[in-house]
Amino acid sequence: MRLKGLELYTEHPEAEFAVSGHRACQGCAEILGLRMALKVFGKDTIMAMATGCMEIISTPLPTTTWTIPWIHIAFENAAAVASGIESAIRILQEKKKIERKDIHVIAVAGDGGTSDIGLQALSGALERGHKFTYICLDNEAYMNTGIQRSSSTPYGAMTTTSPPGKKSIGQSTWKKNMPKIAAAHNIPYVATACPSYPFDLFAKIKKARTVNDPSYIHMLSVCPTGWRIPPDLAIEYGKLAVRTGVFPLYEVEDGRYRITYSPEPLRPVADYIKGQGRFRHLKEEDIALIQNRTTAEWEELKYLCGLR
Amino acid sequence: MAKPMEQYKWHELNVGCVIDEVGNAREYKTGDWRSQKPVWNDSKCIKCGLCWLYCPDAAIYQTEEGFYRANLEYCKGCGICSKECKPGAIKMVEDVR
Repeated sequence: MRLKGLELYTEHPEAEFAVSGHRACQGCAEILGLRMALKVFGKDTIMAMATGCMEIISTPLPTTTWTIPWIHIAFENAAAVASGIESAIRILQEKKKIERKDIHVIAVAGDGGTSDIGLQALSGALERGHKFTYICLDNEAYMNTGIQRSSSTPYGAMTTTSPPGKKSIGQSTWKKNMPKIAAAHNIPYVATACPSYPFDLFAKIKKARTVNDPSYIHMLSVCPTGWRIPPDLAIEYGKLAVRTGVFPLYEVEDGRYRITYSPEPLRPVADYIKGQGRFRHLKEEDIALIQNRTTAEWEELKYLCGLR
Repeated sequence: MAKPMEQYKWHELNVGCVIDEVGNAREYKTGDWRSQKPVWNDSKCIKCGLCWLYCPDAAIYQTEEGFYRANLEYCKGCGICSKECKPGAIKMVEDVR
C-alpha cells in the first residue's frame, strides 16, 4: 500500500469491515465514511446501528456487509443499546467470564436517528458516561424512505415534505447544531468529520477510540441521490461544504474548541449551492441570506476557538 | 448463503433473523448496476492509492506490480475514482456487455 501514513492510524489498512456487495447507491459517501471509520476501529468492535440508510443497504436478510458483530435496533435507541453492550462487556470482564481486552462499542445512526428520534437516548447515554463512540452519519434528510426533511436539513433545501413553491422556500428552518448539543454534555471528545478529508477523519476516529468516556463524531456524508448531484461529485461536494464554511471541521477536546482544517478565505456559499438540485429553486437573495448565516456561524466558531 | 437468496423459505431462517456468516454480502454481485467502468492508464498512475481509499464499494484492489484495478463484479461505476485521481490516470468508459 503506497498510502503513506495510513499505518499510523490503523494496524491493517487493507482489512475491510464493510465488504463489497452492499446495496448503497452509486457514489454513496455515507458507507465510504463508515468504511474509513471502521478501518481505524479495527476488528475488536461491536456496532449498534439504528434504522436508516446504512442499515437497509448493508443487511438485507440473509446477507450482511459487516465482518464485525453488528446489531440492528429501532430508530430511537442506538445509544441506549450501545451503552447496554458496553456495560455487559465490562461486567462480564470483571467476573472473568470473557477475556479482558479492549473492545470498542460504537453506535451508528443517521441524522434523523440522532437529531430527531434518538436524541433523548443519546443524551442519556452521554450523561451516564459509558465508554462508547457515537457516529452520526449526517446526510441532511431521511434519505432511506425517499428524502423527507429532518431537523438536520439545511435552510432552503427541497425534500418531499418541504417542497418549494409560491408560498414555500423548501425547508424553512435552519440546521440543528448537533455537535454543539453533544459538546454541551461536557464529554471528552466531540468532532465533526467528512470522508472527503480522510486523514482528518482517521485522526479524529483514533482520538475518539482512545478516550475512556463517551465520544461523539458528526460525519457529513454526501448523498448524491437526495442532494440531486451526479454520483462522481460526492467527494467534491464534501470538500465544497468544508471550504465554503457550511460544514466546518473542528473538534472539542475537554471543552476546548479547535478548528482542524481552516478553509480560509472561505469560498462563496453559492459555489456549494449552485450545483445541487435540492437548492435549484433558491434566488440570489436567499443565497445571500444563507451566506450571511454561514459567515456568522464561522465567525462564532472562530470566537469559540479563541481565534478572534 | 448456502443457496440463492430467492430460494430461502421463512422457516429456514435463524431465530431472531441472526446472520451467522461473516460478510456474505460478497455473494451478491453489484457489478450489473454499472453503465460505465473505470479504465486505468498505468503510464500516468503514481500508485498513490487514493482511488482505493475513496471507493465506496471497496471494489478497488492493488495488483502485484502496485497498480490499481477495479473488481468489476462489484464496481457500480459511480466515477469517484476517476474524478478524484490527481494525475488523471482513470477514465470512465462505457461498459458494453
